[in-house]
Amino acid sequence: MQRRQFVKTVGAGSAVAGLGLMSGCATSGGASGAKVVVVGGGYGGATAAKYLRLFSDERIQVTLIEPNTNFVSCPMSNLVVGGYKKMADLTMPYTNLEKRHGVKVVRDMVASIDPDKRTVKLASGGELPYDRLIVSPGIEFMWETLPGMAKAGAKEKVLHAWKSGPQTLALRQQLEAMPDGGVYALTIPLAPYRCPPGPYERACMVASYFKTAKPKSKVMIFDANDDIQSKKGLFTKAWKDNYDGMIEYRPKHRVVDVDAATNTLKFDFNDDFKAAVLNVVPNMRAGDIARNTKLTTANDRWCEVDFLTFESKAVKNIHVLGDAIQTAPGMPKSAHMANQHGKNCAAAVVALLAGKDLQALPIYANTCYSFVTADEAVHVASVHRYDAEKKTMLAVPGSGGVSRAASELEGKYAWGWARNIWADTLA
Amino acid sequence: MVNKLKWLAASALCAAAMGAQAEVNQVRVWAAACATCHGTGGRAQEGNESLAGKDKDEMFQKLMDYKSGRKPATLMHQLTAGYSDDQLLQISAYFAAQKK
Repeated sequence: MQRRQFVKTVGAGSAVAGLGLMSGCATSGGASGAKVVVVGGGYGGATAAKYLRLFSDERIQVTLIEPNTNFVSCPMSNLVVGGYKKMADLTMPYTNLEKRHGVKVVRDMVASIDPDKRTVKLASGGELPYDRLIVSPGIEFMWETLPGMAKAGAKEKVLHAWKSGPQTLALRQQLEAMPDGGVYALTIPLAPYRCPPGPYERACMVASYFKTAKPKSKVMIFDANDDIQSKKGLFTKAWKDNYDGMIEYRPKHRVVDVDAATNTLKFDFNDDFKAAVLNVVPNMRAGDIARNTKLTTANDRWCEVDFLTFESKAVKNIHVLGDAIQTAPGMPKSAHMANQHGKNCAAAVVALLAGKDLQALPIYANTCYSFVTADEAVHVASVHRYDAEKKTMLAVPGSGGVSRAASELEGKYAWGWARNIWADTLA
Repeated sequence: MVNKLKWLAASALCAAAMGAQAEVNQVRVWAAACATCHGTGGRAQEGNESLAGKDKDEMFQKLMDYKSGRKPATLMHQLTAGYSDDQLLQISAYFAAQKK
């Protein structure tokens, strides 16, 4: 690509463009003028867009396609559900990516991708060429696994609130409208799903609200998995210490359908359960654009990538990031991890476009904080290193771990984490 | 003459393309992993420690103390355990060289 792109950049048809020297120069030289299109402005895509500009000294032209005017953070959104924060606290503009970093932000959806022609068709009708494409589409819900949710009005009544936005606020409003003594039921899909500790944190936040505002109410957790998926000891301790008798956890409860009209959960083996407020987190897969572009090579759900470059194992010149990928062992689908994907992918794309060597040994970390009360948090951390033999990222033995105990200090660090990842991703 | 100009122009373009080409080096990408919590280029937002422009030796010693457990931490002992001493040294040098 370098030759074609470089020639285009200096002006096709100019006196110098035809010189043999040019191709040699462009090949060994730089990624100047190369075009990278990023689809999706979440933690993965926005970070990739910014770091493509940083790592290329602003030589690569970067276009970010994102339908929403603002970035709304999923991390910290359980605090909105609990009533401790407002949506405005989690909402940030994309303008700094444009002003400070020269990323072109296009507010649109991608209708289709043509990997042969290397073009992206926008929903509004335009078409963008790319040298390399980065797809960071996040997750889509597998509604087909819950047939009752296809009925009219079901999705407006039974919320997931698993993509930060209008549903987060709507769930909060349902909890506020619920009479004291009611039951809030949260269902968790089989792993892998976005944000492994998220459901257990949500249970804490709802119970915290009930404890002060609706003390006769109860939180029921129905987990399709065999056990708590993250920070088990810390969550069970937090439930006992803070919300004794208010939270009930039932593992091995897989929801197979929902009757939204009667607020009833149907399980594969267990009795139906009716609750005042249902919060169903459905099974997940990579976003639609990944599937439509045939990137979802793992069970038609997730996108397999080369962990040195994040390039799709199925489609050349397309890289996939964030929750949409088939993760490496022990790698969570988290905002922190998507941010790390974005940087490592950006570094690889810059190197590939400039004809340089890739980094030999990617190493990056994950940190996830969860609030267990309005002020106290716990964390899980891990460090992941590339294994050249197994061609994947593996947790470094002896690294990582969880909090010793929940604390207000970690609650403060959790906000420090949030402010910093938001700035690192967007500002 | 025309030919010579062509060559000169081409050389100038090459220099522009290659001369200031940002090297994506290994340490810079390692350090970028730290930036998620410690700010892009090590310039942190409120609540976490900035690393840009700090003394290299002090930073390295602090990281080593986290790693050995000598210095108490909530999570830095868990993260530093994932890096070799030499990697921590290189990352310290990178941040020390960044503008505050």
